[in-house]
Amino acid sequence: MATTTSHVPAQPPDSFWRRLSTFLYQRPWLILLLLLGPPLLLLGVVYLGSLITLLINSFFYLDGFTGQIVRSFSLRTYAELFTPANLEIIQRTVSMAAAVTIADSLLAFPVAYFMARFASTRAKTGLYLAVLLPLWSSYLVRVYSWKLILAQEGIVSWFFHFFGIQGVLDALLTLPRIGGTSLSVSPLGIFIVFTYTWLPYMILPIAAALERVPQSVIEASGDLGARPGTTFWRITLPLAFPGVVAGSIFSFSLTLGDFIIPGTLGNSSYYLGQAVLAHQGTSGNLPLAAAFTVIPIVVMLLYLSGAKRLGAFDAL
Amino acid sequence: MSDQPVPAIRFSGVSRHFGEVKAVDDLNLDIYDGEFFTLLGPSGSGKTTSLRMVAGFDQPTSGSIQLFGNEVAGLPPYERDVATVFQDYALFPHMTVGENVGYGLMIRKVSKPERQQQVEAMLNLVRLPDMAGRKPSQLSGGQRQRVALARALITHPRVLLLDEPLGALDLKLRQQMQIELKAIQQQVGITFIYVTHDQEEALTMSDRLAVFNLGRVEQVGTPADIYEHPTTEFVAGFVGTSNLIRGQLAQAIVGSPEPFSVRPEKIHIQQIGDPIDAGHCSATGRIDEVAYLGMLTRYIVALDGGGELTVVEQNLESTSMEVMAARNKPVLLVWSRDHNRVLSEKG
Repeated sequence: MATTTSHVPAQPPDSFWRRLSTFLYQRPWLILLLLLGPPLLLLGVVYLGSLITLLINSFFYLDGFTGQIVRSFSLRTYAELFTPANLEIIQRTVSMAAAVTIADSLLAFPVAYFMARFASTRAKTGLYLAVLLPLWSSYLVRVYSWKLILAQEGIVSWFFHFFGIQGVLDALLTLPRIGGTSLSVSPLGIFIVFTYTWLPYMILPIAAALERVPQSVIEASGDLGARPGTTFWRITLPLAFPGVVAGSIFSFSLTLGDFIIPGTLGNSSYYLGQAVLAHQGTSGNLPLAAAFTVIPIVVMLLYLSGAKRLGAFDAL
Repeated sequence: MSDQPVPAIRFSGVSRHFGEVKAVDDLNLDIYDGEFFTLLGPSGSGKTTSLRMVAGFDQPTSGSIQLFGNEVAGLPPYERDVATVFQDYALFPHMTVGENVGYGLMIRKVSKPERQQQVEAMLNLVRLPDMAGRKPSQLSGGQRQRVALARALITHPRVLLLDEPLGALDLKLRQQMQIELKAIQQQVGITFIYVTHDQEEALTMSDRLAVFNLGRVEQVGTPADIYEHPTTEFVAGFVGTSNLIRGQLAQAIVGSPEPFSVRPEKIHIQQIGDPIDAGHCSATGRIDEVAYLGMLTRYIVALDGGGELTVVEQNLESTSMEVMAARNKPVLLVWSRDHNRVLSEKG
């Protein structure tokens, strides 16, 4: 016994680090402060501070005569925001965000369902990788690739030609509000690229939600006489719904704020992000740009409270 | 048993193989209507897989499963007149207790008032009145267990399958639920098939039980049958504790090397030199270890001829001081030859 324990000292030497550890161990709030201080400073001061500054800015206005920003409280900018032309931009962007969100959830659900419930461990790893892989390449590269894919001389066009159904494509493009001169210059094109770009953000939370649904709960439903379809509507979908909502928050809010995709594939009709960019840049109307930015924030707050009312966060 | 009517469940040559692993191997078993039948075995012995094949969550690789004479192998769970109580209860977390219990009726399109009435009656049966409005997350483990039972019973299945339903409960609650489950089974009068690895639970509750080992049934019988007349080494060792005597030791005691078992409580400790009655076996040894268990004392006796025997005696008058003093004492062990159970390797 003595020989095996002889070279282990009874107490380690009383070092500075040892005293520091004990000091911190007895003051858990200090550790918490040290750990959370930097992120809270960043999020609380830099992020929330900017947001508040933005909000304040939206109550200033641009003097049309002098071109100077007048720094006094006024609702003049909001009056300018709610002119028919700007309301159309808001309405266009919100509809696009809604359409993209619906399309994404419809496309994502089967993929997520397969990943969570059927795929083998190996296939699941492969699928997660495949879903995440596009995010490794630059967002701009992906958008410009789509510009080429959807172009008049692009592969989609070629596909329609090859099967002799370019009439279908032409008919689609002549539709008001969604059509355009080609897929690469049309709201339809914007919709396709938005749907593609935000799809991973929809698949991942839905898959995570579905993985949390225990197999036994699905079995219990069948055991009590429910066919697979009924089980899906009554059990699986309600339990996975928080995941759908989480994904839709991504697809919806990202669409609301984006200006690259409509800028690249759109025609002359603006989306919210483009409007903000134009007003704060070229026209130097910072108050109006700020007021435009308040719109997606308000829309998202409404969206989240609606989701909460639907019980989307109950199972979190 | 040959005059029994059509069995509630009949397994004929049922096997379930997962690749190389034979989870269930050539299972032949009849379970009669109204029985409380237990599938007992260690984990991985095939008992849960057998139950899941009755429920339809798993399909046999080969063989036939009949439910009251109708073939059900291959049918999906929703086409079978059985209901399951799951080990993790599997309550629907987004529904209230009332909605959980009424789920089976809702699926069968029973009207809402009728449903509510039946849910109430069922919650009374499991002694959870006034709980219909709660969410499962607001209930204790024992209460969730009762909800799961009510939900399974409400559609009046012909067979109720219970997969280690009391495994997550503490000892006191488990013993209370054992008695309640048995009472409910007698009240509703349907067949219960109960899976457990707890041999005491199996002995307490079952009308009959099947002991599973490595995907095969070792022995089927009443609790007393299984306990008093184990036919294989595995059953003798798994159900209760047994002294396994074989080879030279068996030769010395009974004059034949065939292995046999004898229960610890059948053996009596006597003084060296005491007379041995006719028809009794005996062995001499020295008390090696004493464990005082309150109601009982367990002795491990090292035999003079090699090997050891476990002996259990009730503490009718002795105190712990007295029993502890018995250590190292030379003793004579005596038991009736009638308590020897000759064992085979396989049942």
